[in-house]
Amino acid sequence: MAVEQRGMEVKVDAPSAGLWAHTVDGLRRFFDGDIWYSFKRSPVTILSAVITVLFMSAALFAPLVAPHDPFDLAQVDLLDSFLPPIWVEGSDPRFLLGTDDQGRDVLSTLMYGSRISLGVGFASVIFSLFLGVGLGLVSGYVGGTVDAVIMRIADVQLSFPAILIALLIDGVARGVLPRDLHGEIWFYVLVFAIGFSGWVQYARTVRGSTLVEKNKEYVQAARIIGIRPALIMLRHVLPNVMGPVLVIATIHLAIAIITEATLSFLGVGVPLTSPSLGTLVRVGQDFLFSGEWWITVFPGIALAVLVLAVNLLGDWLRDVLNPKLR
Amino acid sequence: MAEPAATTPATAVANGTDLVEVRGLAKYFDVSPPLLNRVLQGEPRLILKAVDGIDFVIPKGKTFSLVGESGCGKSTVARLVVGLFKPTRGHIRFDGVDMAGLTKREEIEPVRKRLQMIFQDPYASLNPRWRIGDIIAEPIRAHRLIEGKADILARVGELLTHVGLSPVDAEKFPHEFSGGQRQRISIARALASQPEFLVCDEPTSALDVSVQAQILNLMKQLQREFGLTYLFISHDLAVVYHISDYLGVMYLGRLVEWGTGRRVFGQPRHPYTRMLLDAIPDLEMTGRRRIPVAGEVPNPINPPTGCHFHPRCPFAEDRCRREAPKSLPLPEGGEVACHAVEEGRLEAG
Ligand SMILES: Nc1ncnc2c1ncn2[C@@H]1O[C@H](COP(=O)(O)OP(=O)(O)O)[C@@H](O)[C@H]1O
Ligand code: SF4
Ligand SMILES: [Mg+2]
Repeated sequence: MAVEQRGMEVKVDAPSAGLWAHTVDGLRRFFDGDIWYSFKRSPVTILSAVITVLFMSAALFAPLVAPHDPFDLAQVDLLDSFLPPIWVEGSDPRFLLGTDDQGRDVLSTLMYGSRISLGVGFASVIFSLFLGVGLGLVSGYVGGTVDAVIMRIADVQLSFPAILIALLIDGVARGVLPRDLHGEIWFYVLVFAIGFSGWVQYARTVRGSTLVEKNKEYVQAARIIGIRPALIMLRHVLPNVMGPVLVIATIHLAIAIITEATLSFLGVGVPLTSPSLGTLVRVGQDFLFSGEWWITVFPGIALAVLVLAVNLLGDWLRDVLNPKLR
Repeated sequence: MAEPAATTPATAVANGTDLVEVRGLAKYFDVSPPLLNRVLQGEPRLILKAVDGIDFVIPKGKTFSLVGESGCGKSTVARLVVGLFKPTRGHIRFDGVDMAGLTKREEIEPVRKRLQMIFQDPYASLNPRWRIGDIIAEPIRAHRLIEGKADILARVGELLTHVGLSPVDAEKFPHEFSGGQRQRISIARALASQPEFLVCDEPTSALDVSVQAQILNLMKQLQREFGLTYLFISHDLAVVYHISDYLGVMYLGRLVEWGTGRRVFGQPRHPYTRMLLDAIPDLEMTGRRRIPVAGEVPNPINPPTGCHFHPRCPFAEDRCRREAPKSLPLPEGGEVACHAVEEGRLEAG
């Protein structure tokens, strides 16, 4: 418990204190705390963090750091197509990891692809988190019929694989919405499909913690004062059930990226005009047997490394916040 | 319990000076297995009578202590009185107003301000994510007693000083305090809305003995200072000895005896009260020896017939197994529910 408390205090947001003093205080406690200590001692975790940060920076600043803009038709030349990576015979030093069938720089498409993958992933996680935490909180705090209904829905949904749910929602959305809209709203459709397929984990965990917290005496004290249930949930219970949510969110980010890649690989995800890592793998595999392996292998490796790094971070976070499981 | 309250000494005190009046109060919990199990395995409904018809009054400015072994329903009474539970039966009147009759927020609000509760577990009763200042200010903000940041802060500092802490503690988090200090913070929060009535559910049970005395003294001092009325709950008679104006003894959801603290400690009438008193250190200095409490509390889901206490009672007779004793007034005040006392089989004292 002590570990969890000390770790979480970094996140406590108290309006009464000077923000600056509070931040300094929080940072100092963080670097003195067990989380930082455990981080320093785990090379795998450090490596995962470095990789994740690299990916995020590349994704965030792709337009600035990418050697080429693969989507600027003025910069792309079909004559540059199918160039191999520079350590292979017949390469061009301008293209570190080679080029694809349209002459786009593979390294640059990777950066822009990570941008899409991480963007969809983060948005899906945030959507899932809000939905799941909200439903779990209400389910646990209100109880009764509301709880029963929400949890039965969760049970049913959990009996299907998440990818199937996402595929279903994605398919229905594509069928229902007008075709010419797809080009504009694919992002929201994907985020909804992937996000909706993941809320159950959050809801179950938060419901469990809420059941414990709501019987604690600080909640009863607030009830005696006459604080409204919605405010008790938000101000009292929520901050005390968010610890495990952070862990779930991190692991879920890896799952969301994979789900998006799978959907894109199946051709129902991100459109070709703005390819994600998954789309790149799909497009590239057509050339695998004709020998241009780099077009599909590099996005594949990038995807695997990113997902693995995020997953390892999540595992580490879970261990560090749950000393009992160590 | 005695229904016609008009003749009992309880109402003799109740001439407008009573702040709290509890009549026929009962709380049953449905602890049945889930519906599916009941249907498939033919399991019956299970009703746990945590509180089964109790009456008492608390005069303004006095302390009514409620004692009894763990699981006899004390906390349930406390939660009923502050409105955390809805009674299955019975009434709670606060300053003459029946609390069950209050349904609208605007009606409940003014009553809520006037009553507060202090809990047993000092580690669970303060939100670990909140600063002490925000915890204590919560009732002030909720009831809009004071507006303005600076004024609220000043009031919080004042409250902290009242309970023996320092205004700078407002910036800290609960984990920076010991159990006794946390209980002081709880008291400060309870006092924030300037209540008249405090329900204290074993406020010292989780604390070291030395700290217990400090908290009890603080509570007594605050009672004098603010004219507070207390419902003080404890499983330990020794704890309530110094603070009880009135003392009630509960056994398995029923009040078996009550009276002034002096009378119950000096001349306990009910066999259960005597057993509890024999088990604690000799507070009256009469030179008697301690006798440990005999037997165990029966399962409250399936309590003994008649007088719940009969399996443990040295004076039990046939009638005790058949018939629940009625609460009868004692000539010296208070009431006791025991066939042996009624029949004169038990000499006083
Ligand atoms: N919410 C509840 N649901 C079911 N049973 C309860 C609940 N609260 C208390 N009880 C039961 O009621 C009885 C009295 O409990 P309680 O009032 O906490 O006793 P005490 O405070 O005297 O130890 C116990 O048997 C307890 O298990
Ligand atoms: S009624 Fe009978 S069993 Fe109950 S306390 Fe009195 S003598 Fe004992
Ligand atoms: Mg209790």
